Amino acid sequence: MTESYVVAIDQGTTSTRCIVFDRRGQLVSLAQQEHKQYFPKPGWVEHDALEIWRNVERLGPEALRRAGITESQVAAVGIANQRETTVVWDRVTGRPVGHAIVWQDTRTDTLVNRLARAPGADAVHERSALPLATYFSGPRVRWMLDRTPGLRERAERGEVLFGTMETWLIWKLTGGLHVTDVTNASRTMLLDVHTLDWSPESLAFFGIPREMLPEVRPSVGVFGTARSAFPGVRIGAALGDQQAALFGQTCFTPGEAKCTYGTGSFLLLNTGAELVRSTHGLLSTVAYQIDGEPAAYALEGSIAITGSLVQWFRDQLELIASAPEIETLARTVADNGGCYIVPAFSGLFAPHWRSEARGVVVGLTSYITKGHLARAVLEATAWQIREVVDAMNADSGLTLKTLKVDGGMTADNLLMQFQADVLDVPVVRPLASETVSLGAAYAAGLAVGYWPDLEGLRQNWHRAAQWLPTMDSALRDREYGNWKRAVSRTLDWIEPS
Amino acid sequence: MPGTVQSIERAAAVLRLLAGGTGRLTLGDIAHSLDLAKGTTHGILRTLKAVGFVEQDRVSGHYQLGAAVLRLGTSFLDINELRSRSINWADPLAARSGEAVRIGTVLDGEVLVVHHVFRPDDTFQTLEVGALLPLHATALGKALLAYSAAGAHPAPDLDRFTHRTLVTARALSTELNHIRTVGHSVEVEEFTPGEAAVAAPIRGHGGLVVGAIGISGHVERVCDTHYQPHPRLVAYVRDAARAVSRDLTAAER
Repeated sequence: MTESYVVAIDQGTTSTRCIVFDRRGQLVSLAQQEHKQYFPKPGWVEHDALEIWRNVERLGPEALRRAGITESQVAAVGIANQRETTVVWDRVTGRPVGHAIVWQDTRTDTLVNRLARAPGADAVHERSALPLATYFSGPRVRWMLDRTPGLRERAERGEVLFGTMETWLIWKLTGGLHVTDVTNASRTMLLDVHTLDWSPESLAFFGIPREMLPEVRPSVGVFGTARSAFPGVRIGAALGDQQAALFGQTCFTPGEAKCTYGTGSFLLLNTGAELVRSTHGLLSTVAYQIDGEPAAYALEGSIAITGSLVQWFRDQLELIASAPEIETLARTVADNGGCYIVPAFSGLFAPHWRSEARGVVVGLTSYITKGHLARAVLEATAWQIREVVDAMNADSGLTLKTLKVDGGMTADNLLMQFQADVLDVPVVRPLASETVSLGAAYAAGLAVGYWPDLEGLRQNWHRAAQWLPTMDSALRDREYGNWKRAVSRTLDWIEPS
Repeated sequence: MPGTVQSIERAAAVLRLLAGGTGRLTLGDIAHSLDLAKGTTHGILRTLKAVGFVEQDRVSGHYQLGAAVLRLGTSFLDINELRSRSINWADPLAARSGEAVRIGTVLDGEVLVVHHVFRPDDTFQTLEVGALLPLHATALGKALLAYSAAGAHPAPDLDRFTHRTLVTARALSTELNHIRTVGHSVEVEEFTPGEAAVAAPIRGHGGLVVGAIGISGHVERVCDTHYQPHPRLVAYVRDAARAVSRDLTAAER
């Protein structure tokens, strides 16, 4: 019998990857392609959805070729995607209406401020469990309907369709199936998180016609069969990337949490069948839903700028040639020299949610070298995570015992050690740093019976590295105090217009 | 000049030109100065850029001498970059072999461990990144030594760790020859009694060995009854080394 595999499509913010996994959840091959970022105005971030689709079309066969396998050996394909990014396209021609509006885009700020004061705003918040913010896709759809002549009428006639990235990809892969999964749907503000279907009241509030929305499906379950890229292969799962990472880390039990270090960083805590409403600046979100079972929920701490601060240090300041060199530079000094960087580039996300904040570098003296700045860059990530962990402990009433980590920045030993030091808990990396892709693969494999159950997946999880806290508690408290004072300096920078 | 390679002469001329200039040069400047076609010049610059000898300004597109030229004598691949690029291949190696994985480079006559993946049995283990190991007594060290200039003339007196450690220059030299023939190195109780290891070289641009990746574990698990490593494990190590090497040379630096 020939060995079979599962393929994950990880459609991320900067690139798209197709990864082939084996039965033990190990990476067999990988094909990756970056796509163009469009910045037409300050605060605007766009992608070309067609370019992304063409990348998927090319990367799928490429990943299979590199693994030396054919479509007939692929048990299922799963999708993990950048969340909240909004695509609208023509049902007949399949052409997107303009560029996709990316999750980092803040063009809807004025609209969101206006909607926040409109009657019914509180009820939308209640149903979606999300604060009204530019981060989510609902306001983006409204913005497009308002700004594109004739779009609303076409949407009402069902001629144009809305979707987040997984919806767009499934529609292209299957040749016209218009579906989304509950995790992605839970990031629109349009979903009722209890019924797990579109809320007619929320749609009315935002003025979005039901006709343009996809059908909401469980995350784990066969969506359909691909006709292109992987002809004949079943699409077994779709999840938002952070939810996929939670799944890939096998955090299936309430109280289990993971943190993914990427462009931004996202800490998710499984809260089980219970939706926990945060009183400390976290989001409530759907973690996953297996077909035929109730949904699992999660508390989420979203931090906008972590890895992208390193990219900024590399590309805008040109102090390093590649991202990993930040560690080399940071190790040229013993500490931060009293310097702190708070990267509130587009305001502060969790747990502050202060859109008017902007970034600061504080504690500058003539003593500070680029080595100190490099340390401050890495420390900024660790302290932002500490703030989110504190909020999560307060909301859940539990105390985090260990932090399961994944993502590119886990290759940075200095950061991981510092993370363990500032949290005062062990930081553990599993034997698979590509947990976003792995989660999509696990979910898809589970849907088609490639893996029998969640317990089987859990047995694939092994510890690959562990960092234990070594920092003196007085030093930790003093540094955290300094960090908090640095954060306070970022607030109220942008004045209301 | 018979017997010389024209493209290397041209590359040397480009480097001299950039080193002599006061600022950054455009493609046109360089092509014009050397009386070369723009296409030819661009090919040379692109290659020099890939190996780090030339840098291109992201905004203006102007060229200048790369930092790697100034660091020719020292390690040209940042160790944190090496870890970052190999992490995706070290994990599957640990999963398939069931053993701990380490990646090492040479630092002042020793092996510096730059990456360590625990043996995937969830027992308590300590991260050994930053540890130093002897070159002549470990599989990682021998794989590095076999392909380095220092390996051609091993030091005359070598430290003994066990009765199996190779302590004469002659024995080590024979061993390194063998490693170059088969393409991987083996360590059987030469550093720690009861421990065995297998390693293979990681190659960067132009085939230069920039590190080694290997597994280590109990000799009964790694080797058969004749103290030979299981061919299956050797194949996993070599596959991982090849995969990392491919990634290092494929990507734009």
